Amino acid sequence: MEQVTCGIEIHQQLDTHKLFCSCRSRLVDDEGKCFRRRLRPTQSEMGEVDRAALAQSERRMHFAYQAPAEVSCLVEADEEPPHDADAEAMQASLIVSSMLNCHVVDEVHFMRKIVIDGSNTSGFQRTALVAVDGNLDLNGRRIGILSLCLEEDAARKVETKDREVTYRLDRLGIPLIEIATAPDMHDPDEVKEVAQRLGSILRSTRKVKRGLGTIREDINISVPGGARVEIKGAQDLSLLPAYVRNEMERQRSLIEIKELLRERGAMPVPVMVRNVSSLLKDSRSKVIRSALSKGGKVFCSALPLFAGTLRSADGHLRLGAEMAQYARSHGVAGIFHSDELPAYGITAEEVQAIGKELELREGDAFALCADMADRAEPALLAAVARANQALIGVPEETRDPLPDGTSVYSRPLPGAGRMYPETDVRPIPIGRDRLEAIRNDLPELPEVRMLRISKEYGINEQQSRQLVKDGHDDLFEELSTDRTMAAVAARTFLNTYPEMQKEGVDLDPLTDEMVRNAFAALSAGRFAKEALPSLLKELARGSDVDKAIVSLGLGQLDQQDAAGIIDTIIRERADFVREKGEGAVGPLMGVAMKELRGKVDGKKAADLLKERVQAFLRG
Amino acid sequence: MTYSEMARQLLASGHASEGDAVYLRAGGKEHSGILMPHHEFSHPDVIVIKLRSGYNIGVMVDDASELRVVSKAQDRPSRPRSPERQSGLPTVSFLGTGGTIASYVDYRTGAVHPALRAEELVATVPELSDICNMRSKVVFSIFSENMDVARWQELANAVADELSSGAEGVIIPHGTDTLGFTSAALSFMLGDLPRPVVLVGAQRSSDRPSSDSYGNLLSAARFCVNADAAEVFVLMHGETSDTCAHVHRGTKVRKMHSSRRDAFKSMNGSPVASLDLQGGLEMLSPCRSKGNFKVEPDTRMEPKVGMLHFYPGMSPEAVRRFAEGLRGMVIAGTGLGHVSRDMVGCLKDLVRKGMPVVMTTQCLEGRVNLNVYDTGRDLLSAGIVPGEDMLPETALVKLMWVLGRTDGPEEVRKTMIANLRGEISDRRGL
Repeated sequence: MEQVTCGIEIHQQLDTHKLFCSCRSRLVDDEGKCFRRRLRPTQSEMGEVDRAALAQSERRMHFAYQAPAEVSCLVEADEEPPHDADAEAMQASLIVSSMLNCHVVDEVHFMRKIVIDGSNTSGFQRTALVAVDGNLDLNGRRIGILSLCLEEDAARKVETKDREVTYRLDRLGIPLIEIATAPDMHDPDEVKEVAQRLGSILRSTRKVKRGLGTIREDINISVPGGARVEIKGAQDLSLLPAYVRNEMERQRSLIEIKELLRERGAMPVPVMVRNVSSLLKDSRSKVIRSALSKGGKVFCSALPLFAGTLRSADGHLRLGAEMAQYARSHGVAGIFHSDELPAYGITAEEVQAIGKELELREGDAFALCADMADRAEPALLAAVARANQALIGVPEETRDPLPDGTSVYSRPLPGAGRMYPETDVRPIPIGRDRLEAIRNDLPELPEVRMLRISKEYGINEQQSRQLVKDGHDDLFEELSTDRTMAAVAARTFLNTYPEMQKEGVDLDPLTDEMVRNAFAALSAGRFAKEALPSLLKELARGSDVDKAIVSLGLGQLDQQDAAGIIDTIIRERADFVREKGEGAVGPLMGVAMKELRGKVDGKKAADLLKERVQAFLRG
Repeated sequence: MTYSEMARQLLASGHASEGDAVYLRAGGKEHSGILMPHHEFSHPDVIVIKLRSGYNIGVMVDDASELRVVSKAQDRPSRPRSPERQSGLPTVSFLGTGGTIASYVDYRTGAVHPALRAEELVATVPELSDICNMRSKVVFSIFSENMDVARWQELANAVADELSSGAEGVIIPHGTDTLGFTSAALSFMLGDLPRPVVLVGAQRSSDRPSSDSYGNLLSAARFCVNADAAEVFVLMHGETSDTCAHVHRGTKVRKMHSSRRDAFKSMNGSPVASLDLQGGLEMLSPCRSKGNFKVEPDTRMEPKVGMLHFYPGMSPEAVRRFAEGLRGMVIAGTGLGHVSRDMVGCLKDLVRKGMPVVMTTQCLEGRVNLNVYDTGRDLLSAGIVPGEDMLPETALVKLMWVLGRTDGPEEVRKTMIANLRGEISDRRGL
């Protein structure tokens, strides 16, 4: 049996106008005007609105929207019907469909997918199925493509406070291509490779956005005996294998917990809580003291036979952490559980008192939560419900990716989305002729591109493969005005970048524009290529090319100045030079470069040194 | 566009109807899904299928295509319960006219059905039953652009019946496009009212979570019950944010935007009231109080009244032809109420032949004044009736109503410039 089964969904922003209006699709710092809205749950299948759901929506669904004038209009504000779907975005989705050997539908129909978290002002996301049943060949394996959709991106969450969420409308409506693969991957590294290949294919259309946040992945992961868990919205491709590995580990440990609990004969815990505030009224625990002092309560639940599963001694079993994540979704900071106590200011005596109050026996555990009662109680109940799920196994859920390669619970897996037709947008017929024309004029496929770049710029295939994979190929071609510059560019992307990252330099602020400027300055002879890495580092830290050249002292020396510096070096070591003759050139090179690095090209410096040594020897 | 003959036959031969689960093979590709209604803008050879994922796709069929029903559609579950009557709550009548201010979605096909009956309203807006007991009647079901004089009359009589049988107020869900015409017509035809009549619409259809229909309906019900106000009003969203609804006088309100929630504005004056969405009521300008008397509608109307928007170069000849068969005309003139010299002559002829012509301003905001410029003075001497600060649409409806009762030019003039239902204001604040 396979160790793990994965499928991915990739969401790529397109660099066109917005999908249903003529606004530019880019993110801005401007907040613009602000307006406030509420959303109301639509009816159930029976056409009725649930009153409980309504009451809840009254409390929760209040949204503020920032509408920057430059990048949003009445369409994003849900004050004007959508315009026709952006033709350029539609074309890009057809090109990608063809590149993935998909069957394109005869007529594209936009749908409304109900989303009432406020991220869409309308309460739904517009999305259309463009193509189905494609495939992708990678390393001799064929990965199925289930579907390709064209849809609008959601508004950007800016802030959540108390009962209001603030969104910015700049991102709302940016076209996204969503590609869903079949669950055909069984190896964490393969997940990354498939994502990279899909990224290369998307980029080859020249219609996609570049940079952080413009491509997002959802990974569906399950191990045998586990369940489908979706990690949603990963932005860093290099972390994909880590997400998969950590999730495999998590699911396996949950399976272990299930088996352990079954062996012990553990039964579902009654989902109820007990107020133990009085037992802890003098507690030195900061959390408990702070909760009680502002009028909150401490609730506690017994977890019979759960001891050691909440956090095993080796830290391998961590049901407590899972429970805490469920509790946090109800607004508390966390829970305490008996596997980690006494600690955090809760004494052994207090633990004992709670045990006595709950009539715990050997092998039993408990969890407690301290906060205002209207938060602490539902939070602890959610944690207890999560503990009960451990008896069944791995719960299906959606998780948020964290930057350390792990993930955290976000919500239960959504049911099949309720969708109905977007009657304001006309269906788009896709003629067979149009598809034929697209197929006859497809962009260069990544593998073809790889070979061409290697040949055209004189770099080896391994280098060009890496450039294409990492998405540096476009910029590389632009910067490589000749083979010398090609070599510099290849070294920059394939060596300098990883080195900079290793040194902890954040590369995100380093835009293509900055790199272009740096290479232009290099071509103009304003500094020597050896100085490029330090220059890029300065740029990544927020400097610009002119400033960096000054601050690094990279102003190119003219021949005479360089000769002067070299002559000084030679004079200071006159005896050594006379003794070694021309053999002194080698040893002196290091000394000379210390002075000249970045100001004179290395090769030129060597020639000059040799010439000056000869001149010195001639007297 | 409808199905082509070929597509129609394919469906007929498979005995397939909307909502059925079908298997469809076309163009070498197989599809399974629910048969959806044909989209108006779809290709005639396209059959729309809802896939299991919920997505609709259009499938182009040809003579070689195959379609069969896998399972017939399930019958729609029966409509929900009738509203329970709660003693102590006043009764508000809902008179349906069409439009989808309240509607429910058929999740099988995605079609939107209007909720017109009281029980359907309760199902979609259950909070209504906390405010009032509901009585409902579907007067007609049409798009508001298809309203006409006969339907205004029918509606006015229906409103009068409801008020006579003791309703605390009448709420009329109405399409927004001609809402202002209907409210003006009801204002004149219904006369003095003992209880409020509130027309209410929605700029975002009620099948979407962001709809303004729920807030508008609830606010209308609260206004009927809580406000001491008895006129014909229009209640709509107050601003783009979901903060308040504005209540406008039926003769002073105009749709000023084609799509925004806050499209409706009181012209030449402030709204009558503002309600926040929690129900807080603030009266903003005086209006008639509730009372205990019988409504006596006068629904006589002369439908042969026309309205023209003047533009530079407007042909007097075309206007003359337009005027043939009409008994009255309203002009939306430029600025203070002007038309070209040619047109002055043309209008003078019409007046001389006995047709009342009322001048309003296409500026909408502000009053006409025919004393300031030569053209205005010429119009006045020609016998044109200055429409004060009436909206052109309100003047049109009023002229229909006035001509329904009298022929006398002097009486027409006197009535047109008299303020009957708040359609004319003496003063306009800064």
